[in-house]
Amino acid sequence: MKIIRTENLDFDYEMLDDKGQVAEINPALRRVNLTVEKGEFLAILGHNGSGKSTLAKHFNGILLPTRGKVFVNDIDVSDDSKIYEIRQTVGMVFQNPDNQIVAAIVEEDVAFALENLGVPPAEIRERIDEAMRLVDIYKYHKHAPHRLSGGQKQRVAIAGVIAMRPQCIVLDEPTAMLDPKGRKEVMKTIKMLNEKGITIILITHYMEEAAQARRVVVMDKGEIIMDGTPRKIFAEVEKLKAVGLDVPQVTELSFELRKAGLHLPADILNEEEFARELSSVLQ
Amino acid sequence: MLKDITIGQYFPGDSVIHRLDARFKIIFSILAAAMLFTAQNFVGLGIAAVFIVMCYAASGIQFRMILKSLKPIIPLIIFTGILNLFFIKGEEILAHWWIFKIHTEGAKIAAFMIVRIITLITGMSLLTYTTSPIMLTDAIEALLAPLKKLRFPVHELAMMMMIALRFIPLLIEETDKIMMAQKARGANLDAKGLIKKAKALIPILIPLFISAFKRANELAMAMECRCYKGGEGRTRLKKLNSSVLDFIALGLILCVFALIIVNNIAF
Repeated sequence: MKIIRTENLDFDYEMLDDKGQVAEINPALRRVNLTVEKGEFLAILGHNGSGKSTLAKHFNGILLPTRGKVFVNDIDVSDDSKIYEIRQTVGMVFQNPDNQIVAAIVEEDVAFALENLGVPPAEIRERIDEAMRLVDIYKYHKHAPHRLSGGQKQRVAIAGVIAMRPQCIVLDEPTAMLDPKGRKEVMKTIKMLNEKGITIILITHYMEEAAQARRVVVMDKGEIIMDGTPRKIFAEVEKLKAVGLDVPQVTELSFELRKAGLHLPADILNEEEFARELSSVLQ
Repeated sequence: MLKDITIGQYFPGDSVIHRLDARFKIIFSILAAAMLFTAQNFVGLGIAAVFIVMCYAASGIQFRMILKSLKPIIPLIIFTGILNLFFIKGEEILAHWWIFKIHTEGAKIAAFMIVRIITLITGMSLLTYTTSPIMLTDAIEALLAPLKKLRFPVHELAMMMMIALRFIPLLIEETDKIMMAQKARGANLDAKGLIKKAKALIPILIPLFISAFKRANELAMAMECRCYKGGEGRTRLKKLNSSVLDFIALGLILCVFALIIVNNIAF
């Protein structure tokens, strides 16, 4: 089952001059054809300006295509009458946790989406408690968000989306502003949600995070240039470097060692694998 | 330094006063203010003051909080006191020194005004001390609901207040950071003189505004993603519930009010 499908998606940013006339057109997406299956864990990689965030904003109708189509569960995203259904199906978490928390108390914020949807108070209570327990922030439910750590705040934001019971969550660089501890917390939460059957689309530029996904899409200049399993993608070290991306450190190390003549596989993704392969080569 | 500022200070608790419906509490505060302005003599004022002190006792808020709430208005108290003390003329002269004359009448009115301001501020503070900001905004939204018929944007106003409450601590923190960053770049923020002081604010305010607009933009997007579509068809997690308690309290306040009016007429 497909949850998201884009067909020849183009998007242009229009720069207006003082008179409100289009002065300049900056193409941000070029003929993007992408299908995301239900339950998938997809990472979208790309360096700044590659169009990855722009693409993410098309998945729930925050941006609408200049040309082409985007479908969520076979519903056209440009269909105005279905927009709230779409936003409920595809939830979105942004980079800065501070700028997406609306209320001054954690539980009030988690309830925000449900209040907007007109859910009865008793059901709101039930759903937000469930969401807060799931991401392990229930113990802070009466706290003020600005007293929490970055990782905790980002989990509050995730809980606010989970409460809508979405089928898919798009996370736009959710760990970029967090410390290593917060990053770990958020990644753990994301993986847990995926195991519960929620489709995850993770926009990131951290290779280590992308390596944890089941599928990686690489974008450059508004186009999808690579699509495959992390193993397949990270094996192509030179191609990634050409578009300004790095590979996970272990993959890079094994790449260099292979160039120097060691017989290591090209698709090493984590430290344990690397240690195992290296010790078998050295023996 | 800026972190010491607290706005809408709320002390969570479970006292009778805390449990009152926020809508009623706003009405009570208005009644209390009306009461203080109705009282024409010290007896009436005394009744109102005793009533407010009793409310504090019932709320479990520490009495030193009264002093804290009065701190910012000390200049106002002093100013009112002096003005009344020297400029109100009566028949009896209480003290005479150089060109200053203090009349008994003036001293009386000065004392009266001071007590009135102090009780007024203490009474109003009790509202914010015992009501969570969110309950307060909800209550304001509920009380202003009739204005919706006049196309007054009541929901929008309440939403703005809610967002403001959420972002005040963030913006204060940010101001602190910007001040430090500008100081590190050699900005002279401790300049003397009004114009120089105002000029020193520019390098703080401009980055603050830019960042606030950026935040607003992102917040709007996040709100859209969470299906925000205005006040129509919105439900609330916590409903405002009035109980018997609120009506008992209302009765009590009206009794005190009546007492003050009777006192006015009698004396």
